[in-house]
Amino acid sequence: MTKSPNPPGYMVRDRARHPKALTPSYKTSVVRSPERAMIAFPTSIGENTGPVFGHEMIGPNDNDLVINWAEPGQMALGPRIIVRGRVLDEHGNGVAGALLEFWQANAGGRYRHKKESYLAPLDPNFGGYGRTITDENGGYEFRTVQPGPYPWPNGMNDWRPAHIHFSLFGHAFAQRLITQMYFDGDPMIWQCPIVDTIDSKEAINSLVATLDMSQALPMDARVYTFDLVLRGQRQTFFENRWEGL
Amino acid sequence: MDHKAPKFKESPSQTAGPYVHIGCTPNFSGIGKVWAEDLGARMKTGPVQGTEIEIRGIVYDGTGTPLRDAMVEIWQADAAGLFPSPGETRGDADPNFTGWGRAASHMDTGEFYFDTVKPGRVPFHDGRLQAPHISVWIVARGINVGLQTRIYFDDEEDANAEDPVLSALEHKVRLPTLIAKSQGKNSYRFNIRLQGEGETIFFDV
Ligand SMILES: [Fe+2]
Repeated sequence: MTKSPNPPGYMVRDRARHPKALTPSYKTSVVRSPERAMIAFPTSIGENTGPVFGHEMIGPNDNDLVINWAEPGQMALGPRIIVRGRVLDEHGNGVAGALLEFWQANAGGRYRHKKESYLAPLDPNFGGYGRTITDENGGYEFRTVQPGPYPWPNGMNDWRPAHIHFSLFGHAFAQRLITQMYFDGDPMIWQCPIVDTIDSKEAINSLVATLDMSQALPMDARVYTFDLVLRGQRQTFFENRWEGL
Repeated sequence: MDHKAPKFKESPSQTAGPYVHIGCTPNFSGIGKVWAEDLGARMKTGPVQGTEIEIRGIVYDGTGTPLRDAMVEIWQADAAGLFPSPGETRGDADPNFTGWGRAASHMDTGEFYFDTVKPGRVPFHDGRLQAPHISVWIVARGINVGLQTRIYFDDEEDANAEDPVLSALEHKVRLPTLIAKSQGKNSYRFNIRLQGEGETIFFDV
């Protein structure tokens, strides 16, 4: 063993806290789930690095879904909320410069998508997507309207709890993650086949945003707090070296 | 040095769902109004070094049906084997190459497409050289955690033979699932099978 000049790799993903691939109550997973065991190996530079997104690429309304798709002077319909929090790594350090992309249904539970099958009305002033980059402490926020719950084709009466989809880029391709945020107190969380793909109740609760009225904007928007955690680096610089190198 | 278990655990994954394109490729979905171009749509911002290649493929489910709602991302070194990333300490990567691409499957055919360069060789964690390859990440409705695989190349036989990941595979019969097939000049096909006969090798890395 010698000291490696390369930065340390990433800790192994704790697969027990993530959903399994095959989760039959979420029917689509049945034919889209690999059956063979994944092959594991340590991360190296191709997984330890990733694309960088600069603050300069973010437009002034990218993180304001209330107005970023609206006609001039108009606003999206629905109860306004601000979602704010931090992106952390598994050591609890803020991840600066992380790219967050988010998308959601409108206040009536309808997505702006060709293949949407729930015929709730579209909001002409709501596109349902945005993005932002975390500050030096890993902090982020965006303004939107609270999405509605919606029925979806799985069981005949399966409804998604209100949720916002999140896509995250940290500093490494090994950290790449897509997940969803739910709202504290929603009884539909505990009846959802997609939420139920996660076995651990504690892990599910980590995806539930909490209402923080102390931060609410008077006569404007309530605030939900939601922290996200990305994989962390190993904290040792020792690496096994191949014999003879 | 801190020997305690991590204080925080990675947020659990949830499926990207059928509407991932709204958030990640809004212009592809026909609802672009907030920013001009989808992220990852162009991997080249000017003249690039090395061999320019295209990669096409289809993601198939366990019944052999193409996924028409998948999103595929790739991350790779430039032609010299350098990553355009602050974590790259070995030299400066090609300034006109982003290394990262994002493609939505075609909504009718299911085909995804990348216009990129043939990557150079990069070291494994232990210093051994890997064969030229591209890291791949696949999400879609019905995929609960993004799937990781790699694209290697069928015209790199010598490098493939000494690649530390490929040479460690126990079931060599599955190795061809990781090899893009040359389709003529600088064009490759890399299909991904999620399940069943010819299931692609996926990695936990
Ligand atoms: Fe959704």
